[in-house]
Formats: sequence, structure tokens, C-alpha cells
Amino acid sequence: MARTVAAFKVDHFQFLGQDGKLLDEQHVPAVARDFDRLTDLYRLMTLTRSFDKKAVALQRTGKLGTYASSLGHEAAHVSIGAAMREEDCLAPMYREYGAQFYRGVKMSEVLLYWGGDERGNDFSSPRHDFAWCVPIATQCLHAAGAAMAYKLKNEARVAVSIVGDGGSSKGDFLEAINAASAWKLPLVLVIVNNQWAISVPRSKQNTASTLAQKGIAGGLPSIQVDGNDLIACLWAMEKAVSAARAGKGAFVIEMLTYRLSDHTTADDARRYRPQEEVDEAWEKEPLKRLRAYLMDQGAWDEQREQELLAECSQFVQQAADEYIDIVQNDAQPVTAIFDYMYEELPHDLVEQRAYAEKFPEDGGHH
Amino acid sequence: MAKITLIEGVTLALARALEEDSRVVVLGEDVGVNGGVFRATAGLQQRFGDERVIDTPLAEVMIAGMSVGMATQGLKPVAEAQFCGFTMPMIDHLMCHAGRMRNRTRGRLSCPMVLRFPTGGGIHAPEHHSESPEALFAHMPGIRVVMPSSPSRAYGLLLAAIRDPDPVIYMEPKRIYRWQREEVEDDGEELPLDVCFTLRDGTDVTLVTWGAMVKETLQAADQLEQKGISAEVIDVATLSPIDMDTIIESVERTGRCVIIQEAPKHCGVASEIAANLADTGIWNLHAPVKRVCGYDTVMPLYRNEMKYMPSVARILHAVNQVLEVS
Repeated sequence: MARTVAAFKVDHFQFLGQDGKLLDEQHVPAVARDFDRLTDLYRLMTLTRSFDKKAVALQRTGKLGTYASSLGHEAAHVSIGAAMREEDCLAPMYREYGAQFYRGVKMSEVLLYWGGDERGNDFSSPRHDFAWCVPIATQCLHAAGAAMAYKLKNEARVAVSIVGDGGSSKGDFLEAINAASAWKLPLVLVIVNNQWAISVPRSKQNTASTLAQKGIAGGLPSIQVDGNDLIACLWAMEKAVSAARAGKGAFVIEMLTYRLSDHTTADDARRYRPQEEVDEAWEKEPLKRLRAYLMDQGAWDEQREQELLAECSQFVQQAADEYIDIVQNDAQPVTAIFDYMYEELPHDLVEQRAYAEKFPEDGGHH
Repeated sequence: MAKITLIEGVTLALARALEEDSRVVVLGEDVGVNGGVFRATAGLQQRFGDERVIDTPLAEVMIAGMSVGMATQGLKPVAEAQFCGFTMPMIDHLMCHAGRMRNRTRGRLSCPMVLRFPTGGGIHAPEHHSESPEALFAHMPGIRVVMPSSPSRAYGLLLAAIRDPDPVIYMEPKRIYRWQREEVEDDGEELPLDVCFTLRDGTDVTLVTWGAMVKETLQAADQLEQKGISAEVIDVATLSPIDMDTIIESVERTGRCVIIQEAPKHCGVASEIAANLADTGIWNLHAPVKRVCGYDTVMPLYRNEMKYMPSVARILHAVNQVLEVS
């Protein structure tokens, strides 16, 4: 005879419809009525999108290396930054600029990194955040380690890590869930599920009906939200971050969104993805619906929109100019390759550094 | 002063580090209540509590990845991998993160962590418990690699590794965990992470080795002495960076060098030392440099493991070869 020893459900949260109307006027979080805050976040989402367009243009004109676009993820990313305190710690993957801009990372720093200059990872702020993490999902364990450090030091700080649907297939993600569960860590793991792991669609990654349920399997409260609904994303993030800060342990949030861009500028998604699917996803994108909501509520109008777009375009141009100026006029010398390897350079690298100085401009001919 | 073994030197240094620096945290599988499968952490959890000496779930990637995270946020994790073979899943976090954290953030973040684990064969252990992967780690930029071969060096090098501001791999030659006893004063004195140890002075040939092979190498030197051949024995101890100055200075005097390592020959640390001798000290050599190594094969299961590893006879054979060249 069998008896059920465990059962689970995954709740999906959405407050804002794709037409910009609240799905249920009676049941919305308080932030849905905080128009000052929502317009601020809308402005950052718009800036992030302008930045993204500029970065892709810089790459296409040979001024930037391979770049990972954040197009379509703006609500998810900005909500993550907005729910955190400065002393909290973000361990991103590599396209969460909206979260990072909110936290103080400069647009020129993002460009420097993708422009092949390590100084882009030397964030002006916050100094303790992790840099971008290319190997996929390893950042989940770094965040778990950070959360462990805060817990052991009795600091009321929370670590937040972002992983993609692709990264949720990796052991690092699952081991982070397990660790967070075992030690009740102040950790929030956000799966920004944009439906594509480069060319592998969500449907081919596994047959689980949600990715959030992987958190439940490890013992963590886990929910799914519409990742194009800023209100839902922010509500979920704030709930998770405050629970983690209060010592209630970790949380998994799956944010359902869509990668409207290629994987990176080195990719061509037309090879594997039907245009109809992309067109359909554009109907659900996050800026449009938030703008419609704010306009509907009288918190935004076309004139402010035009002013904002002009302002964003000016900001991203300034960032691009700043980046170009640094790489053209303040290039890192060959010795910079050595100078940050260790706090104190070992004798063998002292020798190699001296040798390299004799060939300061050699190599790397394009 | 009590005479202690190599593994007790490890325990003594861990206790000292936990005592002197509240940022130090020991973590790993079975390191707490059980005190480690080899007893390296015996008694530490009882003494320092379960927030300083932490039993982890059975997840090596997690141990490595969380150590990276903890190290960047103000702690000094000293992680244990239970056996050398189980460090392979950890390489992602060592190579892609620990070793490059300081560099890629231009010094904004650093990664002062230690990963310690038993290495090498000779204790009749199951499969995957007996390899000597030091060259894999020594090849990683940004990471120091050390391997002690005596109780006092175990103590002094581990203290230095824990106090170091950058990641250090600390490999423990488990075959000689309890080979020798030595008086070790718990004085907190560390040893340098970039200096060789000359264990025996000699004039005819320089024998260079590290880890458990120090045992066979010293035995070979004893036998050579009986034949009137004076062998200098150097314990490299720090495999990255390597103190080539001490080795080259010795070879300048002896003119002959045999390097002994338990690990496979191909692309090993012995090859790096031999290449450096060719590069810098070749005019002092009276004979080719010989390497006596493990074979470039899978480490055999335990019935054959001693046939795989360099023996005193194989060391003497190589020494005879370099002495025959005049």
C-alpha cells in the first residue's frame, strides 16, 4: 500500500496583464500603487534598454567585443536590484545590467568588461558584489558562500544570485539549493527563465513543468512569477529578500521572460528560432505593459516618455564616450597582466613581468 | 615537547589558525563530529564549535564554490576534500574563480582560501583515492601549491597557507601521515611558501623530490652513502611557485640531478624543474637530468600500486645512470 509522503504545488504570480491592466484590482501588492517608485523603476528599465541598444551598436561597429544583451529582461533585472540593500550581495551571470545599474555599477564599467578590459569588473559600487560570471551557475555557489559568511558573522545581509533556465540544469545551482536548505542561508536564487539556453529551448532542457520546483525538491519555498511584470517581480523579490534577512532561510523565484535578442552578439538566433515566436514575445515585453499601466493611471505621459528617451540617449552616449576615452587614452600596460595576480607577486612572476616589460606592445595583432 | 606525526602537525596548525583568527572556518565532509576520515580535524569541532568547524553535505563542487564565496566576503575558509580523486569536480571553481578573482576584479575582491586534501598512493585505498594530481593544480595561474613531507613542515606550511591572502592548495602525502614523529613547537611560526628545504647535504648528485617520495629518496641517499656516493636531497615542498634558485645552486655544486615524483611523468612538476635546469643551469650539468616518476598510466588498484610508484631501486638505477656519465 502506498501513501503520499510529499506533495507540492508551484504558484504563479502575475498582477499586470500584457495590456497594462491589473488582472485583479482587489488583490495587488502595495507597490502597484506606489507610482513614484514605479516611474523611477520604469525610467531605469528604459535606460537599461537604451544602454543595450548602444552596446550592440558599439559591437556592430567594431568598438566593443562580444556582448550579451539584456533585451526583454528589464523588469526581472531591475526588480532584483530594487529589492536589495546596498550591503546585500549580488552574484549575477552576465546580462543583468538593470540590477547592477540600480546598485551603482556604471554603464562605462559594463562596456569596459565586454570591451576586453578587466577594469570593468572593478565596480565603483558596490565593492563587495561579484563580477560577471561566464562559466554558468557557478555564481549560485559563490552567493551561497557569501550568505554563509553573513550568517556566520551575524550580519543582516542577503546574497542574491541570478541564473538562467540553462544554468538551472547545472549541479552548481542544485548544490546551492541544497546548501541553502541545509544551513538555512540568507540567499535568494532567481532563475531568469528566458526560454532559451543559446539554441536549446526550455522544452528540450527537461520535462519539469516549472524550474521553480527544483527549489522545492531541495526544501526551499519556491514560486514562479511573470518576469515581464515588474510588479510581480518586485513583490516576489522583496518578499524573498526580507524573509532571508529575517533569518527565515532561502527562496527560489523563477521569473518567466523571453530573450528578445540573440544569445550574444556572436550568435544568430534566426538559425534555430522561429520569428513568429519572437514576434509573439514582443507583445508581452515588460516596458510596454508598465508604460501602458502608468499612463492609464495618469502617472506617465507621452511628453515625459520623449524626454526620458532623449535623456537616456544622452546618458548612454556619455557612457560610451567615457569607455572609448579610457581604452584609447588610458590603456592598461602589459604589467597590468601581472600586477593583480597575487597580493605579493611570486618570484617567478616578477621575472616574467620584467621580461614582458621589454615587449610592451607585442602580440595581439588583429 | 611531544613528538607528533605529519597529520598531527596538520591538526596542530588548524587549531592554531582557528585560535588566532576568527575569520578562519574549517569545512568539509566528515570534518566535524567525525574529525575527518584520517583524523586531521580530530577534536576541532568540540573545541571551536560547529560554526567554525563545519560538516558539509556530500558535495565537492559546493565545498569549493562556497569557499570561494566565503573568501570574497571576509572569511578564510580552509576546506577539506576527502581524497585527491574527489577534487576533480572542484577544478571549475579553482581555475575559473579562485585563481582569477583578484586579477579579474583588479584587486577589488580576493580569495584567501585553502583547499587541503590527502594525496598519493600506498595505503591500499580504493579506486580514485591514490592519485597525485599536483601538476594539474600547479598549472593553474593565481594558485599556490604546497606539499609538506614532515610534521614540522606540515605545521609551518599550513599556517602560512591559511594566513596567505591568496588561494593555496595544500596537499597532504597520506602515505607518510604517520611515518615519522618529530618535536614540533606550537609557536605559530610559519614557513615560506616559496622556498625549498635541503634535507641532506651532498656533493655528487642532487636528488629533488617532494611529498611521500621523500621517504624513498632519503633511503636511496642512505644506500648511496654506503657506496661512498654523497647525495644531496631537496624537498621542493612548494610546487607553485618553485624555488629554482635552491635547486640550481645545488646542481651547480653536484653537476648531476635526479628528480623523483610519484605523479605521472608527462607534463609533471619534475618536467618543469628539468626544463628550468636546462634553461638556467645546463652548463653546470655533467650528465642529463633524469626523472623517476609514476608511469603515464591509470593509477593501478592497490595490489599493484607499489609497482607503479618510484622505488628505491628505480631511484638508484637513475642515479647510476647519471653517475656513469663522466
